[in-house]
Amino acid sequence: MLFEVPSLESLNLGVTLPAVSLAFGVCVLLLADLLLVPKDRKEITAWLAVAGVAVSFVLNLFTFNNTDNEAFLGMFVADSFTGFMNIVILLTAFLGILLSKDYLKRAGIERGEYYTLMLMSAAGMMFMASANDLVVVFIALELLSIPLYVLAAFRVPDVKSEESGMKYFILGAFSSAFFVYGAALVYGATGTTSLPAIFNAVGTLAESGGSSAFLLLAGAGLILVGLGFKVAVVPFHMWTPDVYEGAPTPVTAFMSVGAKAGGFAALLRIMAMSLPAFTLADGQTFAAWQQTFWIIAALTLILGNLVAIAQSNIKRMLAYSSIAHAGYILMAVAASGTIGLTDEATRAALIYLLAYMFTNLGAFGVALAVERDDGSGTNLNDFVGLAKNRPGLALMMAVFMLSLTGIPLTGGFIGKWFVFKATLDAGLVALAIIGVLTSVVSAFYYVRVIVNMYLRDGEAETPGETQMVNWAVYIAGAGTLIMGIFPFLVTGLSDLVTVAASVVR
Amino acid sequence: METYAQLVPLVVLIPLVGMLINVFWGARLGGRWPGIIGSTAAILAFIVSGLLYFYLIGNDYRAVVVNPPFLNAWISIPSGDMFIPWQMRVDTLSVTMMLVVTGVGSLIHIYAIGYMLGDSRYARFFAYLNLFLVFMLVLVTGNNFLMMFVGWEGVGLCSYLLIGFWFDKARGEGWKNSNAARKAMIVNRIGDFGLLMGIFLIFWTFGTLDYFTPGEIANPHLAEELALEAEHAAEAEAAAVEGEAAPEGEQAAEGEVVAEAAVIEGEAAPEGEQAVEGEGVAEAAVIEGEEGHGGEAAVVYTNNDHIPTEMLGVFGKTERLLEEGGHIVNFGPFSLPFETVLVLITLFMLVGATGKSAQIPLFIWLPDAMAGPTPVSALIHAATMVTAGVYMMVRSNVFYYNADLTSLIVTLVGAGTALVAGFIAIGQWDIKRVLAYSTISQLGFMVAAVGIGAYSAAMFHLVTHAFFKALLFLSSGSVIHGMEHGHHHVHEHGHGHHDDTPFDPQDMRNMGGLRRKMPVTYRVYLIGTLALAGIFPFAGFWSKDEILADSWLVGLFDNNVGGYIALGLLLLAAFFTAFYMWRQMEMVFYGQPRTEAAEHAQESGPVMTWPLVGLAILSVFGGFMNTPENVLGLDGIFGAHRFTYFLEHSVVHAHAAEFQPVIALGALALALFAFFAARTIYGAGHALVRGSRDPLAVRPETSPIWRLAHARLYWDETYFRLFENPFNRTAKFLADTLDWAFWHDYFHNTVLRNGFDALGQFLSKPVDLGLIDGIVNGIGRLARWLAGRLRGVQTGYVRTYAVTVLLGVVLVIVILLLPLFTQAGGG
Repeated sequence: MLFEVPSLESLNLGVTLPAVSLAFGVCVLLLADLLLVPKDRKEITAWLAVAGVAVSFVLNLFTFNNTDNEAFLGMFVADSFTGFMNIVILLTAFLGILLSKDYLKRAGIERGEYYTLMLMSAAGMMFMASANDLVVVFIALELLSIPLYVLAAFRVPDVKSEESGMKYFILGAFSSAFFVYGAALVYGATGTTSLPAIFNAVGTLAESGGSSAFLLLAGAGLILVGLGFKVAVVPFHMWTPDVYEGAPTPVTAFMSVGAKAGGFAALLRIMAMSLPAFTLADGQTFAAWQQTFWIIAALTLILGNLVAIAQSNIKRMLAYSSIAHAGYILMAVAASGTIGLTDEATRAALIYLLAYMFTNLGAFGVALAVERDDGSGTNLNDFVGLAKNRPGLALMMAVFMLSLTGIPLTGGFIGKWFVFKATLDAGLVALAIIGVLTSVVSAFYYVRVIVNMYLRDGEAETPGETQMVNWAVYIAGAGTLIMGIFPFLVTGLSDLVTVAASVVR
Repeated sequence: METYAQLVPLVVLIPLVGMLINVFWGARLGGRWPGIIGSTAAILAFIVSGLLYFYLIGNDYRAVVVNPPFLNAWISIPSGDMFIPWQMRVDTLSVTMMLVVTGVGSLIHIYAIGYMLGDSRYARFFAYLNLFLVFMLVLVTGNNFLMMFVGWEGVGLCSYLLIGFWFDKARGEGWKNSNAARKAMIVNRIGDFGLLMGIFLIFWTFGTLDYFTPGEIANPHLAEELALEAEHAAEAEAAAVEGEAAPEGEQAAEGEVVAEAAVIEGEAAPEGEQAVEGEGVAEAAVIEGEEGHGGEAAVVYTNNDHIPTEMLGVFGKTERLLEEGGHIVNFGPFSLPFETVLVLITLFMLVGATGKSAQIPLFIWLPDAMAGPTPVSALIHAATMVTAGVYMMVRSNVFYYNADLTSLIVTLVGAGTALVAGFIAIGQWDIKRVLAYSTISQLGFMVAAVGIGAYSAAMFHLVTHAFFKALLFLSSGSVIHGMEHGHHHVHEHGHGHHDDTPFDPQDMRNMGGLRRKMPVTYRVYLIGTLALAGIFPFAGFWSKDEILADSWLVGLFDNNVGGYIALGLLLLAAFFTAFYMWRQMEMVFYGQPRTEAAEHAQESGPVMTWPLVGLAILSVFGGFMNTPENVLGLDGIFGAHRFTYFLEHSVVHAHAAEFQPVIALGALALALFAFFAARTIYGAGHALVRGSRDPLAVRPETSPIWRLAHARLYWDETYFRLFENPFNRTAKFLADTLDWAFWHDYFHNTVLRNGFDALGQFLSKPVDLGLIDGIVNGIGRLARWLAGRLRGVQTGYVRTYAVTVLLGVVLVIVILLLPLFTQAGGG
């Protein structure tokens, strides 16, 4: 009575190809691992996984910026925003695979389902970037998360790894519940779960006020909680250091970028695209949720950067650093709440994500090269003397650290530039000042790594074979530097992204 | 009287208040006060129910839907299509249930004052009992399926709490009790899932969950019929009295005369009662039809034709759609004919009923539920909660009436359960366990009655069963009490040897000869036995006979094979019923005391025996509320089929069954023969002591029967093999590895301790380190110091993290909603 039976054509499956092909690739990989790949040659699965990512990447380029871009009756959308996001996600997956290959062998956990899980999660992230309906967002959120829970505990019977997976799972389930509750409240307020329809419904709600506005605000808040957990913003960040430290390092690298990309994709879709017009009074120029994001972003920046100083473990330090960077991206999300600034702020967030992707994966790559087979060697002091021993790696690490700080000629600077600009344009001056100040603070702990590598005497050892890791590090370094030196390459791409117009009507 | 109906929220609120008082002040009041408060609440609720009954009597049984002042838009999504109000329905069916629940409930409350005295959680017990009343009354008063579901889950919760009430009993008893509670909870989840699916399906199909919308007439056929009859009656009267214009007010009083006149005219004979009932309606009908025939009331509709289909409740809608025919329900990718959907809905609801009302295949929880205190067994697991499934199906009689396939399945389930449980009951030694299986068996009678379409017979049996089964349970409680008393007596006075074997006061092998020790209990138990076995003229005779007669009629006249099946199985079940009841009488009350405890058993106090007497009276006379026609002139005294005619106003497809002398006499003879058999086997000279074998087991020809019955047909074992064992293995892994090794060993020993250390540091260091230190040492040091402190919060303890998330949620919500409040305050 409520639905009509959809025809196959109306589903418009073509635009879903990039994400669906990756999911399909996961199935192929799973079967191949089970039936074809011999036990002692599990590295083949890595190359199969790379092939799956490559196919999806090419398909994504083809469907990037489609005109007829809605599938599954509007529940799935593949616009330029999706296209850009997919590039970030697929590069993450690609670098993640490269980082994993040697590590798995060294740690003795070379099992075929590793890449299956990783790509499954990547497929979830892609669905997240394409979700145009709260229900799909939720499904994608779970598809993204559940493989990550498993991956975090992949280094069984290592107790730390098991703890990490368990913690991530329990708290992740907790936060998912908040997301669902929020989605239910939004549905209660607007009567729909479709994001464009929510956008249209919001205009009338704002005028009427009353209980619906109440529901919508509470719903938006709970959605922020659910997704904020995934992207690790304060105060939903507590799991991050423990999980990052315990999980196998390549998994940490993958999830520190991938889960963030997925989470911010959904956050931007829901907040910047569905609810930007949600103001509480006539003539207000910013969305009702902006202030909350402002506060959360400020808290995240301050706490993430301050606590990172006190860390002595590189993985924990990078964990807090990733919290801090979530804060910078959240600045852009907050800025998108100012009316008329949605596009600019969204582009800033995307550029920041791309730069962060290269830089962070690279930094984890170097950390991986220094880590020993048994999982030790992740202390900051283990970097002492790396410049003498492995000058190439040390140079790259220096680049990454500078990029994370936001020094010019690196991708990190470009990202920060756009984010701060968007924040200032949005009129959030205080937030921009906090951002700049915390960047200065962050220099303290990033530079300490460089000091350890170059200025302190010692012998750093880089155990084991790290060939693939080297490749990944150099690719990431190249990406970081190219973004920093030729920013127009990326901004040209991001300028295609016009979210505000693509969703309205 | 018009406004009585508005009192219906009180029926729920009063027990709620009683519960709150007991929760907050019960323990402080001490003594018997919690029991007195709980009982008072139950009695007040009963009085309100009585007022509602009088309202119905005085207003032509017109149903009323009451919107309590709060909760009007209970669940509503303004822009969606969902609107489910919290409405309470006062009609003949719900008032019947209310009277049973609060009436029997009051007596059981009073009984419990004495029974539970001295328990360490006395106040809590009465709080639970009152909470149960609250939910049960929500269940029966709701005007939509969602309220029913709320009540349904609520009574399930109370059942769980009360079965496991003695979770801390010594010697592993506590484990058994809490296991029984868990079993009940889990088995009921399966049924609840079915009910929930049914409710979803109903909402999808009808777009509403209301039984009837306000103003809708539940039974338009009846209303029209009555209007017509009353009109004829008025005409006949005019003819009979010849020109003497009777004042309107007197019409009612002359109903019987009128009826006779109608008979003379060759009309279908209306009973005197009915003529009176239909009178008010008739006036309105007259206005509609012929003008100027007297009368002044506003238009009263006698059918629902003026209500558009989308405004009807689910049942009205069903009738309308079936009348129109050819409707199809669309489920997105596929669609089904409306009739098929009805079958699906009813099947799902049946799953719910098999859980709550303990039918095959989900009945296994009820025998174990006897672990709860005896008043709980009587109230929840015999008289009220377990009949919720029957109530639900009778309430949905429109669905079931129109779903032939389901009705057949319901018949088979009900009659099969009646037989299986009745059979198992003959092989039990525990006095309460026999009654538990008996309850399952009797619920099977009711369900089978629903299956063959005898809705009023099902309700009738529900009511009488509530009387005599509550009576039997409470009496058994009295017996147990007496036995425990005797046991203590033996111990205190130290005569006899001291044996270490635990004494079971519920084991019938320990009893015998209690007739002389506990005369009141013996008499009421005998009455309960006779009523349950269906001996004329006790309550059970009438209600059981109506079911049997109806199944015979259904088989004979409607060619419904289900009727014959039901008749056969139920007769056999009735035989077992009489057999195990008399077996119980022999083992408990007759013969010689077999233990010293039985020797020294004592009659219970008056606060326990008076409710028994009350219930015994009901068990004797309760059947007369629905005597059939032409039986020994009883209908002249009590009126014929009164209960059925009463129910008819809300149960569309209720009908009265003609009395079948052959069936009645046959069933009676069968019961008496079973008594005789039980007397022969268990009577004097066959005394059964603990350790010896049951007489049934001794004889080679009956020993297989005994083995099967005693092993409960291996039902639980089969379930164990099929479901529980594989599940347990998985659970064991989770428990040993995850919970024990990971959670206890790791978290509690490692993480918790470290967490406390870190917390301690966090609390002490800021005090040690002066603030000045930090400022002097510069901003870098300050940052570093802050970082170290913040790091201290990172305890590694998942609970801490979860609480942090929760605090964050509160923070986010508060910040988000703050402008809204200031706006509201300012503007």
